[in-house]
Amino acid sequence: MLNIENLAAAIDGKEILRGINITLPDGEIHAIMGPNGSGKSTLSYVLSGRDEYQVTGGSVQFDGADLLAMAPEDRARAGIFLAFQSPVELPGVGNAHFLRTALNAVRRARGEDEMDAAAFLRAARTAAEQLGMPADLLKRQVNVGFSGGEKKRNEMLQMALLKPRLAILDETDSGLDIDALRIVGHSVNALRGPGFSALIITHHQRLLDHIVPDRVHVLAHGRIVHSGGPDLARTLEAQGYAQVIGNAA
Amino acid sequence: MNAIAPVSGFLTRYENSRAHLPGHEAARHNAAKLLTAQGLPVPRDEAWKYTNLRSLNGMVFADTAAAVDLPPLGAFADYPRLVFACGKFCETQSRLPKGVTLTRLADAAVAEPADNDQIAALNMLLAEDGIFIDVPAGHDAGTLLLISLGAHADAQTTNFHPRHGITLGNNARLQLIEIFVGAATYVNNPRLTVSLADHARLDHVRVQADSKTSFYLARIEADIAANASYDLFCLNLGARLARTEVFATLAGANAHASVNAAQKLGGIQHGDFTSVIRHRAPNTRSRQTVKNVLDDESRAVFQGRIEVARIAQKTDGYQMNQTLLLSPRAEIDCKPELEIFADDVKCSHGATVGALNDEHIFYLRSRGIGIDQARAMLTDAFLQESLNDVADEAVRNWLIEILSCGDY
Repeated sequence: MLNIENLAAAIDGKEILRGINITLPDGEIHAIMGPNGSGKSTLSYVLSGRDEYQVTGGSVQFDGADLLAMAPEDRARAGIFLAFQSPVELPGVGNAHFLRTALNAVRRARGEDEMDAAAFLRAARTAAEQLGMPADLLKRQVNVGFSGGEKKRNEMLQMALLKPRLAILDETDSGLDIDALRIVGHSVNALRGPGFSALIITHHQRLLDHIVPDRVHVLAHGRIVHSGGPDLARTLEAQGYAQVIGNAA
Repeated sequence: MNAIAPVSGFLTRYENSRAHLPGHEAARHNAAKLLTAQGLPVPRDEAWKYTNLRSLNGMVFADTAAAVDLPPLGAFADYPRLVFACGKFCETQSRLPKGVTLTRLADAAVAEPADNDQIAALNMLLAEDGIFIDVPAGHDAGTLLLISLGAHADAQTTNFHPRHGITLGNNARLQLIEIFVGAATYVNNPRLTVSLADHARLDHVRVQADSKTSFYLARIEADIAANASYDLFCLNLGARLARTEVFATLAGANAHASVNAAQKLGGIQHGDFTSVIRHRAPNTRSRQTVKNVLDDESRAVFQGRIEVARIAQKTDGYQMNQTLLLSPRAEIDCKPELEIFADDVKCSHGATVGALNDEHIFYLRSRGIGIDQARAMLTDAFLQESLNDVADEAVRNWLIEILSCGDY
C-alpha cells in the first residue's frame, strides 16, 4: 500500500533523510522509533506534502500512485492523515465548520454525498463523546485555548471522522497522560483492519503497549538502521537507542 | 485653481439645482462659499495625506438617475425600513417604523457643519433629502433598516448627498442597520448625525457595498451622553474610493463607544477609515478594532485618533488595527494617534500587518481542504474577530455570510 524507496529529503539545504526504505502492506501498523533529530518528523512532513522540505531523491508509491507528485490536499483526499506533533491554533475558525469542510472535501473526492449540518453534528458529537471530549468542543475555535492533551484528542477526532487509509501519528503520545494515551490507542485500534494502515512515530515504547505494531523500524541519522517485530520496541526501551544503533552501525 | 478642480462639478450642479433643493438656503450658501474658497481636501492637508480625491477631477454630473432594485433582505425582509433611491426617499419601497417620529430634511432643524469640514460642507451644499429619526425616551424601537440604493448600471454619472439624523431620548434603544448598494459610477456622500441622551443605546451596523466604480465619502458624527452606549460596526466592501469618517464624542460620565470596522478590498480599490474618539467626561470607555484584508493593488488607510480631555479621568481606551496583505502590491497606511491631557487613564493601541500563515494553510490542506478554500477560511476568520461587539446574533451571522461572499 505504501512503498518508500530510498527517500532522501532536505530542509534549507541540510540533508535530513538519507535513503529511507519502508514497505507498509495494507492492514499493517508499523512503528518508527528513533532518538531526537533522527528525521522522524521530517519523514511525516514529506509524506504529507509540506513544501518547506525538498525531496532530493527516491520515490514513494501510495496505492500505486506517485505520492510525491500530489498536492497536500490531494494526498488527504486519497486517504492520508497526519496527526501533528504540535497542532496549530486557528483563531476565528470554528471547529465544527473546519471539521465539516474537511470531511466534505474528502467525501467528495471519494464520490460520497456531502454531509448536511445536522448529520455532521450527530456524527461529530458521537465521535467526540467516544474520545471523552467536552461537549462544547465543536463550538470552540480550532485548538484555540486547548490544552496539549485536548489538541491531540482533536487530532484523533479528525482521524475518526475522516477514516483515512493511512494514518501517520507524529509523536502523538508526547505530553499525554495515561488516560489520553489509552484514548489514542483506542482510536487507532478502532480503525485497525483491512483498508487501514498506520505509521506510528514515537520515541517511547509506552504508546506501543496500546497499539501493538506489526513491525518496528529504528530511524537514526536519516536511515532505517534496524527493523524487527514488536519485541524490538521493548529491547530499545530496556537497552537505549545507542546500543541498538551502535550494533547496527 | 488646479487644486480645487475636483469640486467644480459639484458647484456647477449646485448652481443649476439650488432653486429645487429643500430649504437651508443660508447653510448651503455658506457651504458653497467654503468649497469655492478651499476646494475639496488635498494630500497637503494632514488628514488627507493618504487619500487623494483627484479622480473626481473633471467629473460632470447628471441631475437624476435611476436606482438599482432593492436587494434581498433575507431575515430582515419584514423589518421596518427606510429606503433612499439615489439620495431621495422612496416611500413605496419603505415600511415605516412605529413609535418613532420621522422628519424629512426640508422640515428638520439642521445645524451647519461646525468645523468647516469640506466633506460635511459638500453634503450640506447638495443634500436633496434625508430623514431624522427621533426615538422617544424609554422606548425600545427594535431594529430599523436604512437602505441606500445607488445608481443603476445604465445611469449617467450622478451624485447624491443624503443627510440623516438619529436622536435617542433617555433610556431609548435602537438597532440601526444601514445597507449601501449600487451599480454605476456615482459619488455617494452621506452624512449621519447621532445624538444619544442619558442611558440611551444605539447598535449601528453599516454595510457599504456600493458599486466598485463609485466614490463614497461618508461622515458619521455621534454625541454620547452620560451612561449612553454607541456600538458601530462598518463593513466596507464596495466603492473604487471610500472614506469613512467617524467622530464619536463621549460627552457624559460612563459613556461608551465601540467604533469597529472591517474592510475587504481588491483590484484598485482604496478604503480609508478615519476616526476621532473624544473622551470629554470621566469614566468613559472606547473600543476600536479595525481589520483590513487587501488583495491585488488595493490600498487601505486607517487613521485613528483618541483624544482624552483633562477632565476625562479614568478613561479606558483601546484601539487595534490589523491588516492581512494577500498580495505583494497591496498597501496599508496606518496612523494611530493618542492625545492625552488627563493623568489617570488607561489607553492602549496596536497595529499588525502580515500575510497568511503558511503553517495554518498547510494544516487545512492536510485535511483535504483545497488551497483557495483554505485561504478564504483563514481570511474570513481574521475579519470575523472585528464582529465581536455586534451583540445581535442574527445580525452577526448575516455579516459573517456577507464577509465570506465578499459582496452584498
